This record gives sequence, structure tokens and C-alpha cells, in this order.
Amino acid sequence: MTTIASHIRVATALAVAVFAVATALPAASAHVAETEVKIDNFAFAPQRVVVKAGTTVIWINDDDIPHTVASSARLFKSNALDTKDKFSFTFTTAGAYEYFCSLHPHMTGTIVVEAATGSRAAQ
Amino acid sequence: MTSDHDHGRGVSRRKILECMTWAGTGVLWTMAGGMPRSMGIIGDATAAEPSGLTFLQISDSHVGFDKPANPNALGTLEEAINKIKALPVKPSFVIHTGDITHLSKPSEFDDADRIISQARLDVHYVPGEHDVLDGDLKLYRDRYGRGTKGAGWYSFDANGVHFIGLVNVVDLKAGGLGNLGDDQLEWLEDDLKGRSASTPIVVFAHIPLWSVYPQWGWGTDDAARALDYLKRFGSVTVLNGHIHQIMQKVEGNVTFHTAMSTAFPQPAPGMAPSPGPMKVADDKLRALLGVTDVTFKRGQQRLAIIDQPLKG
Repeated sequence: MTTIASHIRVATALAVAVFAVATALPAASAHVAETEVKIDNFAFAPQRVVVKAGTTVIWINDDDIPHTVASSARLFKSNALDTKDKFSFTFTTAGAYEYFCSLHPHMTGTIVVEAATGSRAAQ
Repeated sequence: MTSDHDHGRGVSRRKILECMTWAGTGVLWTMAGGMPRSMGIIGDATAAEPSGLTFLQISDSHVGFDKPANPNALGTLEEAINKIKALPVKPSFVIHTGDITHLSKPSEFDDADRIISQARLDVHYVPGEHDVLDGDLKLYRDRYGRGTKGAGWYSFDANGVHFIGLVNVVDLKAGGLGNLGDDQLEWLEDDLKGRSASTPIVVFAHIPLWSVYPQWGWGTDDAARALDYLKRFGSVTVLNGHIHQIMQKVEGNVTFHTAMSTAFPQPAPGMAPSPGPMKVADDKLRALLGVTDVTFKRGQQRLAIIDQPLKG
């Protein structure tokens, strides 16, 4: 019991630490790039998005029906997103990433990731 | 909707249009001499002769759905079950063609079981895509998977009719439609081998096995292979859900039929920006939800299919 309790304490402490880092990040780095893709009317909008490497793409489900965001190459997959649920993934490597809704596979989209260049690349 | 097939072959255009305006309770199916005939809505089922095999189809109960199109999907499921309990002729069993739950939550499965078990009938299930959101199908299979193969497919016999439950909602491919997959198709071929061509066959699966409207994903990519294995049989009835409205098509010896949902209607193909839940006036909802009653009678080619709205 003692061991479990101490594990829980460690886990809690870690969670707090991670949370602190996460909330500190946006302030420390002004160029955290984010892009939003809406899921609406059984479609990803925009269906094709071009971003720089390092960008976090956030999908938001605006439908009354659950959807998923699943990489065709199995690089990422969300849980089922109910109405207003979000899923995010950070793209670090240049390339074209095809994805679809694993529940309604006729729904497809692409994230095109371009290599980060210039001074922004460091961030 | 009791006499679609009484005048010559197939269904009249007027009847089809009539059918398409319904979405709802369940369909009562009558196996008559090999061909299932939809008998229309539950209220009319009293006219059906009690001989032969009668079973019931319910679909898309979406327990847990609480959006404006129907804030109480559990309540309308209960209304459908009450309708079944009140039938003058007790059906032999029920087929549920999937989307039992909305989000595959254990509490949703529990609620669905609590209501559906009140019918006191055997229920044969196949999953919809909303029942397998946990990915490994554990929640569905723990409850309904006993005696099934693969992702939950199986067959059984009743009154000389061979019933086949197929799963076309797992391992879906990007850009594609419903999917049966090689393993299941091989099993199907094997399951049908050696059966007499005069054996009436009823196939049930969640997503339509015919191409209703591929733009909305309403079809199954490899259904043609399944239908190829079935083509030597004199009477094949395919019962589906997923599209939350009644549609029927007869192609040779195969009758395709989709049932209403007990939860919420969906728009006719292409008549809305998307196939999402269709909000209708509160007093219209129950005319678009329902169950299907099917009766099989020896000596008749088609099953009698009656789609029954919760409220006419």
C-alpha cells in the first residue's frame, strides 16, 4: 500500500510539473504555431492545410456525430471525438500527411508540412 | 405498406416513395416461401397471417445520443420496445442491425440492454461503427460476441431460413466505404458451401450492402463479393441500418431493405449538406422512427416486410 501511495504521490508531482511546463511554454516562446481544422458536416475544413514543421494542428469536432482523426500511415490516431472534443498533433518533419475519419472513411484530409526555414526554424 | 409485392414483381414507385418518408420504429419481417416481405408499419402487422416465421428488426438506437434531433434516444427506444411487446403475434426473435449505443460507453450498453431485454425475446446483434469506438471491440464482444467469429460475424438457422450476421464497420480504409474484409468473406463462402439453393437466406449488417449513396459513405466496398456467393440462392434478403430511413431495392432474387432508427432520422441522400442527424418538428419525430416486422411464409417467394413508425 505504501508503495502504491508513494507512486501516486510521484505521479501527482510529475503531473503538476508537466502542467507547469505546459503553461509556461507559450509565454517563453512567442512563435508556437497552431492551426485549426474544423470537423463539420462530415468533412475536414480546410481539407488541405499547409504548415511549417513544428506546427501543432488542432482538430475540433463541430458535428453532432462522433468522428476520429486517423493517419493513413498510422502515425497518429485520435479517440472518438464527441461534439466539441479536440485532438492535436504536432508535425515536426516535412512531408504530406494523409488522414481520414476511421468511422466515416469517406472523410479525408491532408496536412502538408514544409521544412521550417530562417530564424523561425529554431523556435 | 402491407401489399407492396402483391401486384406483380417488385415495389411500386409510389410505395417506395411512401417508404422513404418513414424513419423510425422497426420493421416486421415475414418470410413467405423464401422471400422476405416488409409488411409496413407495426399497426398494420395485425393483418399478417400468424403462420410461418416472424421476426423483428430494430436498428440505430444510439443510446446516449442527446442532441436536438432527439434529446431522449433511450426514451424512443423504450417506446419501440413497448410497441414490440404489444404486437398481437409475438415475433420469434429480434435482429438489431447496429449502433446500439452512440459512444460505446459501458453505461450506454447497460442502458440499451436494460430496455431491450424488456421485450423478452432473443436478440441477434451486429455492431455499428458507434459500438466499436474502443478500437479493440472489447465492449461489444464481451456482451454480444459469444459464439461469433472475427469481429463478430456468425450465422444461425430458424424455420429453415439461414440467417447471416455480417460486420462491415471495422478496419475501414481511407477514402472507402463499409468493409467486410477477406477473412469474413472467406468465412461467408465457406458458410454457404453445400447449402441448397432453395434455402432462404437473410443477411444482416449495419452499413448497407448496396450502394445507396457512396458520397455519404452509404455502401460497402467489397459487398459485391458477398453478393456473388449469394447469387445462386433463390431468395436472399439483405437487412441493413445506418442510414436511419427506409429504402428498398429488388435486384434479381435479392431484396435489400434498410430500417428506420429508433433514435433520430437522417436526410434523404443528397438532400442536406451532410448525413448528420435531421432535426424535425417535435410532433413529426415519431413518424420517422420505428421498427421493422418480417414474416416468412412457405410457398411465397418474398418475405413480407412491414416498417412500423413509433407513431403513424
